Amino acid sequence: MTSLLAVLIDGSIYASWLFLVAAGLTVIYGVMRILNMAHGSFYAIGAYSAASLVGWYFNNGIGPAWISYLLLVGAALLAGLIVGVIIERGLLRLMYGRDEILMVIITYALLLILEDTMKIVWGVNPYFAYQPYSELGRTSLGLLKVSNYDLSLVGVSAVIGLVLWGLLERTNTGKVLRAVIHDREIAVAMGVNVRLMFTITFVIGTILGALAGALTAPAISVVPGIGIEVIVLAFAVVVIGGLGSIGGAAVGALLVGLSRAAAVHYAPEFELFVIYGVMSLVLAFRPEGLFGRTLARKI
Amino acid sequence: MRFDKTEISLAAVAIACVLFGFVSPGWLIFLLTIAFAKALVVQGVVMQMRSGLVSFGQGLFYCIGGYTVGMGGQFFGIHDAIAALSLGMLVAIAVAMVLGLLLTRYRDIFFAMLSLAFSMILFGILVKSPGLGSTDGFNVHNWTIFGWAPDGGESSQHTVFTLTVLAGLMIAVLIHRYTKAGIGVICEAVRENEVRVEYLGLSPRWLLYGNYVSAAAVSALGGGLTALATGHVDPEMAYWTTSGEFIFIALLGGLGHVAAPFIAAVVFSVVRTYAIELVPHTWQMILGFTLLGVIVFLPKGLWSLVSRKKAGERA
Repeated sequence: MTSLLAVLIDGSIYASWLFLVAAGLTVIYGVMRILNMAHGSFYAIGAYSAASLVGWYFNNGIGPAWISYLLLVGAALLAGLIVGVIIERGLLRLMYGRDEILMVIITYALLLILEDTMKIVWGVNPYFAYQPYSELGRTSLGLLKVSNYDLSLVGVSAVIGLVLWGLLERTNTGKVLRAVIHDREIAVAMGVNVRLMFTITFVIGTILGALAGALTAPAISVVPGIGIEVIVLAFAVVVIGGLGSIGGAAVGALLVGLSRAAAVHYAPEFELFVIYGVMSLVLAFRPEGLFGRTLARKI
Repeated sequence: MRFDKTEISLAAVAIACVLFGFVSPGWLIFLLTIAFAKALVVQGVVMQMRSGLVSFGQGLFYCIGGYTVGMGGQFFGIHDAIAALSLGMLVAIAVAMVLGLLLTRYRDIFFAMLSLAFSMILFGILVKSPGLGSTDGFNVHNWTIFGWAPDGGESSQHTVFTLTVLAGLMIAVLIHRYTKAGIGVICEAVRENEVRVEYLGLSPRWLLYGNYVSAAAVSALGGGLTALATGHVDPEMAYWTTSGEFIFIALLGGLGHVAAPFIAAVVFSVVRTYAIELVPHTWQMILGFTLLGVIVFLPKGLWSLVSRKKAGERA
């Protein structure tokens, strides 16, 4: 009984983390048709910015602990905004209209560049910002002790999902974005400024990536290479849910999160295997993912 | 059997390489061995690129080739290099025949992602296998060739080099013939327009299947040779960044000629060796900018420099 509860709790925590990481990826793909390999780097940049800012805040004992949570989020917003605008305006804008698969390779080049940029900016030594994590304490659930920070991550991730959904479904900008998703050419003909929409989308995507990193930073040690590990997980989640679907990413995250938690508790040697196993299984039966749209073949 | 101009030049270059091996310093031989072995894996990537599929998981077969050679010697008493390499190719073919059934249903980014997923599954399994050294992998040594055991160091380095050059020549000639044959030309047609190929009464799917399986065998050979040359295998061979490297070399060389991957792999290895020594923290960045530069300015790869010059001479 306890182990089942543990699987459920671990699974939902892991799932909410996965959703945070995958949300930006799926938003960017949905609107821009770019499968962004550099998304993991945005995650890492967010983690580094947050960890260095929060670390600095606590080392100098400037103020109360609750402000550090605002700093986490603020660092991610700022880092995501700056990096997103620079990359979209400076690089991707010049590359639009190329093959989807070529865009994957272009963002792969971007990933290589960003990995080393981070090493230049932050060095290769680990950064720690554990205070926001330990500050919240733990809750006892039966025999289990669960970190409150991890539990609140579930809430935060749900809120972010709802906000995203609301943005897309309930605002004017969201409507225009959906128009671009459905048919880019018609949207242009109707007077939609698609270039601006692309910038907005990309920046939202980078901010989401950076936010995922920033919120994870207190729970890990921030070292070079964390983005490389994350990106393939995010791919798996997004592909399972159907590329470009936010609801799909949520379901994909839950599926992967719960199966991984189950594997960790019952058969730890299958931990990594399970994630990609689920992905292959879903794709074998639904090539376009659980919530993806099937497209007619072009002649 | 008649040989065309390309095949004769390939053979000439191969013989020159083998002879060069007797006079060149050890570090250069090692660098060239690794480059040529990787080029074989890249040939697998290129074969699929010609039919429009980009595999982000060719590391899967690279790793299978390497581990089979290693495990053959370690656990099954297969010490002969040729036998071990062939076994690696057979295992890769068997795996590819199963995975290919699923993978050939996908195109574009879906093919890329799914091939990546399969190679990550192997990575996950190897990392969790203490019997195979988990993340550390294990050493590959004590191999023989036709009953003769090279006495380690220089001698075995030399043997692997010669073996790699000969294997490279054999594969290059085979691939050259394949691309010039009808079936190879149709691969390009599949890339351009699959549905029309279907209208012509051919099955793109089985074509891609055959292509995928042969590419797997070629890549496994590259992996096996790498294992012999470095004397070590580890799960990193199946990690997705390794596959990214192969795509990088493939794009660097371009699809224009069977020799392109070999040239690109040598360029890549030389640049990497110096970059890691001179600027250890920015060498990935150099790679990234090079890749962008190739995509923008040399979309047909380094080989287009050669073919452009040729076209100029003819005009």
